[in-house]
Amino acid sequence: MANLTLENIHKKFGSVVAARDVNLELPDGQFVCFLGPSGCGKTTLLRLIAGLENPTRGRILLGGENITQTPAHKRNFGMVFQSLALFPHLTVGENVAYSLRVRHVAKATQSERAAKLLDLVQLTGFMDRHIAQLSGGQRQRVAIARALAIEPQLFLLDEPLSALDAKLRESMQLELRELQQRLGVTTILVTHDQREAMTMSDQVVVMGPDNRVHQMGSPLAIYRNPVDKFVADFIGSSNLLDGLYSGSREVTIGRTRLVVDELPENLSSGMPVTVSVRPEEILVLPGIEDKENRLHGTVSFIRDVGSSVEIYLNCNGVQIISQSTPKSRPEVKQGDQATAVLPAAACIVLKS
Amino acid sequence: MIEEKPKGLGAHLVLAYPALMLAIFFIIPFGIMVAVSFFHREIGGFYLPGFELANYRNLYTALFGRTLLFSLFIAGLSAAVCVSIGFPFTYFITRMRRQAQVVWLVFLMSVLSLSEVIVGFAWSLLLSRTAGLSNILVWLGLMDKPVAWYPGFMALLFGICYLAFPYTVLVLYPPLSRLDPALPEASQTLGASPIRTFFTVIVGSLRNAIVASFVMVFVFTLGVYLLPQILGRPRHWTLSVLITDQAIYQTNMPMAAAMAIFFMFVSLLLVILTMVIGKEKKAKSA
Repeated sequence: MANLTLENIHKKFGSVVAARDVNLELPDGQFVCFLGPSGCGKTTLLRLIAGLENPTRGRILLGGENITQTPAHKRNFGMVFQSLALFPHLTVGENVAYSLRVRHVAKATQSERAAKLLDLVQLTGFMDRHIAQLSGGQRQRVAIARALAIEPQLFLLDEPLSALDAKLRESMQLELRELQQRLGVTTILVTHDQREAMTMSDQVVVMGPDNRVHQMGSPLAIYRNPVDKFVADFIGSSNLLDGLYSGSREVTIGRTRLVVDELPENLSSGMPVTVSVRPEEILVLPGIEDKENRLHGTVSFIRDVGSSVEIYLNCNGVQIISQSTPKSRPEVKQGDQATAVLPAAACIVLKS
Repeated sequence: MIEEKPKGLGAHLVLAYPALMLAIFFIIPFGIMVAVSFFHREIGGFYLPGFELANYRNLYTALFGRTLLFSLFIAGLSAAVCVSIGFPFTYFITRMRRQAQVVWLVFLMSVLSLSEVIVGFAWSLLLSRTAGLSNILVWLGLMDKPVAWYPGFMALLFGICYLAFPYTVLVLYPPLSRLDPALPEASQTLGASPIRTFFTVIVGSLRNAIVASFVMVFVFTLGVYLLPQILGRPRHWTLSVLITDQAIYQTNMPMAAAMAIFFMFVSLLLVILTMVIGKEKKAKSA
């Protein structure tokens, strides 16, 4: 196993750019998610790594070795496709053992290994079934077992869970994560579901609609310290407030002064900034309280779904959403005047 | 339980029209042919109603046997040629851009508008010594003198394949264009070279379509009766030619009918056999 490095990877389809100057260093043995909205180039990036597309420019290195021109069938990577792409004319066992058959492994070893892999994905005894006889979740497992048959250097997954229903998807996420940790195989998963990315990965690579990589880091680091407006908005929900930096750790939003703990580098007084505050960090108090880091408004809506309560506050046309657990059930009603408290530590200042 | 709503007369009436057409244009003529095959031939005249097996007994000749075998052989061979060229050809068409696909398909359709007669005479001209393609090769300096490439077995095979090729592509096009493009990609990521992928995954997963197109071309070429007379020598004449000869030139309708029915049964048997083998192979590999 070895590190995967992408150097200045650029991919164009005709005049359309699918991946723009991507530089990534993916550490060995980790679970990495490529996360982004549809059309951001995350699948293209995965296909470039798999060797199914050639980059317009740039290099792909695996353990220091340049594999940019290596064809897909010589890369020894395992890939699970969005459509799963199971071979309909072969049985479950033959599907799983396909990569071994191609490598002329002895018949007995093939079926032994296929049986072991089916055990691993909890499909013991499914060897001779036909693909058409399987349910969606079972097909998923077959596709995973097939991709792992050669003990790949890299395990690539292209939104493999998107076709499953919500419950099955959540349990497959845990299972997949557990499997990856047990095998220690470097894994890249492409998804547009940030919850899925947060559940499974060691590292998240966030890509934006401009086909660039915006941020890479652990899920929590990205959640707590998004580098820009796009990441703050895309990962979780966020209150984004536009204002001006007025110097000495203060941001002015309308008439409100907001004291913040941390600032990005090279920020000078008078620059426009965006402040991102997570809904669960915001406290809503009844009545009007005039102090710094307080915004006043009217409660426009309360969404109480049992496990959490969301309060929508209209502060002079700016909507603030606060989220809390029912234990600290708020004492406000729809139509009340209320104050939102934005703690200094929770305000993340982003350059606009 | 969901009970099926009883269908009104209207629902059945819809089926009446195709059923009627099928009866008038297929079942009744076929019935007449079966009946005629048992009738008595009147030499110099036409035929008299009756019931005798003489027509079938007269089939038992060396000429009939040899022609039957040759007909099945050339139909099978041309079907094999058409499918083995048509399958990769169609695969490459389905991988093209949409517009290019349309151009190719329209081109193939336009070939279909040519009748057997036109195809036969056109190729007899193109393969001839006096005005054929070999003159171009001579002009290019690739050959010493023009030669006649017809009549002969290769000319006949070529003509039949030319006629049947568009049908092969049209039968193979829908299943090939529906093939999930991720299947060959998956095969490659699993370590199979592009050629190996083509044979194990693309051919493998479309075996049914291949058998179906083979059977279609086989049956289609059995009915070719002008090309053997134009492009072949008398020994390349197929059973369809003999049937035409009996029916039109010898005015021996009962004999022609008996030949046609016997021929139909033999080819039907072969088609069923092909299907069964195709299925068994699938069952075995499963």
